[in-house]
Amino acid sequence: MRIAVLGLGAVGKGVLRVLGEKPELGLVLTGVADSTSAWIDPAGIDPQTVLDRKCETNRCGSEGRSAADILDSGAYDVLVEVTPTNAATGEPALTHIRRALGTGHHVVTSNKGPLAAAHTELEELAREQGVALRYEATVGGAIPVIHAITRGLIGNKFHSITGVLNGTCNYILTRMDDEGLTYEQALAEARQLGYAEADPTYDVRGIDAAIKLVILANTCWNLGVTLDDVSITGIDGLTVDALRLAADQDCTIRLIGEASPERGLLRVAPRVLPRSHPLVIEGTLNAVMLSTDLAGEVTLMGRGAGSIETASAIIGDLLSIRDRFVECR
Amino acid sequence: MTNNEGLSSASFKVSGEVVSVHVSMKLEIKDSPGQLVAALTPISEYGGNIIAVIHQREPETSSDTLGVQIVLEIEHERLDTLVATLKRQGVNILRLGEERMLHRQSVIMIGHLIHTDIGDTIDRIDRTGFAEVAELNVQMPGISEPSTALITIKATTRSEMDRALDLLRSVATEKGLLIVEPLEEAER
Ligand SMILES: NC(=O)c1ccc[n+]([C@@H]2O[C@H](COP(=O)([O-])OP(=O)(O)OC[C@H]3O[C@@H](n4cnc5c(N)ncnc54)[C@H](OP(=O)(O)O)[C@@H]3O)[C@@H](O)[C@H]2O)c1
Repeated sequence: MRIAVLGLGAVGKGVLRVLGEKPELGLVLTGVADSTSAWIDPAGIDPQTVLDRKCETNRCGSEGRSAADILDSGAYDVLVEVTPTNAATGEPALTHIRRALGTGHHVVTSNKGPLAAAHTELEELAREQGVALRYEATVGGAIPVIHAITRGLIGNKFHSITGVLNGTCNYILTRMDDEGLTYEQALAEARQLGYAEADPTYDVRGIDAAIKLVILANTCWNLGVTLDDVSITGIDGLTVDALRLAADQDCTIRLIGEASPERGLLRVAPRVLPRSHPLVIEGTLNAVMLSTDLAGEVTLMGRGAGSIETASAIIGDLLSIRDRFVECR
Repeated sequence: MTNNEGLSSASFKVSGEVVSVHVSMKLEIKDSPGQLVAALTPISEYGGNIIAVIHQREPETSSDTLGVQIVLEIEHERLDTLVATLKRQGVNILRLGEERMLHRQSVIMIGHLIHTDIGDTIDRIDRTGFAEVAELNVQMPGISEPSTALITIKATTRSEMDRALDLLRSVATEKGLLIVEPLEEAER
């Protein structure tokens, strides 16, 4: 199966590393682009050569070529869209994904932007074209929560989804709780360790978690909710005293996303939880609890970000597309 | 606002809410030193909160016993055990009065609590007539920094608790305070 990768940052590099290290998966790289260059070869490109070139020149391919040329070439079966997130417009990913789906290609993405902006439209386009749109890596990093919802638990009715969806916030709260650090100290530490962006607004104000909650909710219930429907409170107003007061009751505070159409709930907010609660996890981990009619409660926990971890989710999507569509062609 | 000394009524457990009962019981105890204390001890041992102890020397009771009316609050689940223990200790329970359920829920409130008139915040809940602030624990770090409080609300029914919390949320929004609520366990 032929793969084109748009974006060669942490995630794109992780995907190329796996393609290089596991040729037995049968995934052949035929196109790759970053913001200033592209490389297309229908006969196949060696992933390691691309990584080396990117490392040396900061370009993965030839100047003057771009993502658009790869899309025009049509020399791929599945597009892997891993450019930066823009939650407002979804661009440039939205254009890339529309183009690929519209010309009958499968798409796998880790980019929340286009899903936040146009999930329903993209799903419809994929259905019309008889191709797949997969986005396991957009929520919970390595955790296969979208697979759990759409495949493993497919016969269930979902009562609610509750989760720790942002590793940066979870790290900050863990440190405030364990070490009595102030919010500012814990944030500074998270930045130093590379767990928080230079501008952490999206994370600490709960917006990143809210976008992921919207993606999960639309996957579960297909109600077409958007970011505007989520009631959002971040963690930036929390005090050490708040964590201490919770600790006095053998509880702690975590940023929790909660969706339940039955209870009219779609919100992200810091919440008090008993320490023994399955969603009380440490550091940058993520977790999602699905409450269902048949399976009862199912909780998935794992690494919410990272180059190789996110690549794991993308590879899973690629192989499930191969099994479902490509082999039986 | 009532004072709940001796019993920390703050609670986030069990779907964020603990149901206790408000109950009055009339006991008959021997009129000799130490008997009243012996009868009251199990109540505190089971985490009950004694609100009032009223001595009654009624003409019909025999001269060597004493009637005592006790009003207390205790977790609903523990009431039966308490009654059994009292009986086992030879305390005669003449009457077990009306039970009134009490729902309790604690939330954390952060912001300029004092400058936004904490007294008024409490009053707004107490004035509803169906809910009251049972406990308040305010932590003040320093001038001009936001303070943090654990506020425990008491109400008779679940729906009254929900209404009280809605009211608290709207007061918080109006005053620019942050409320951190417990996560309810999913309905099973
Ligand atoms: N990092 C994680 O752990 C993680 C986890 C889950 C999801 N995600 C999501 O996955 C996506 C990629 O994340 P990342 O961490 O790899 O981001 P990143 O390190 O910022 O890399 C983004 C890449 O996209 C390239 N790019 C930008 N505009 C482009 C365009 N118009 N055409 C082609 N390529 C373009 C950039 O090119 P240059 O190299 O030339 O700048 C860069 O290589 C984001 O949407 C992110 O939210 C990331």
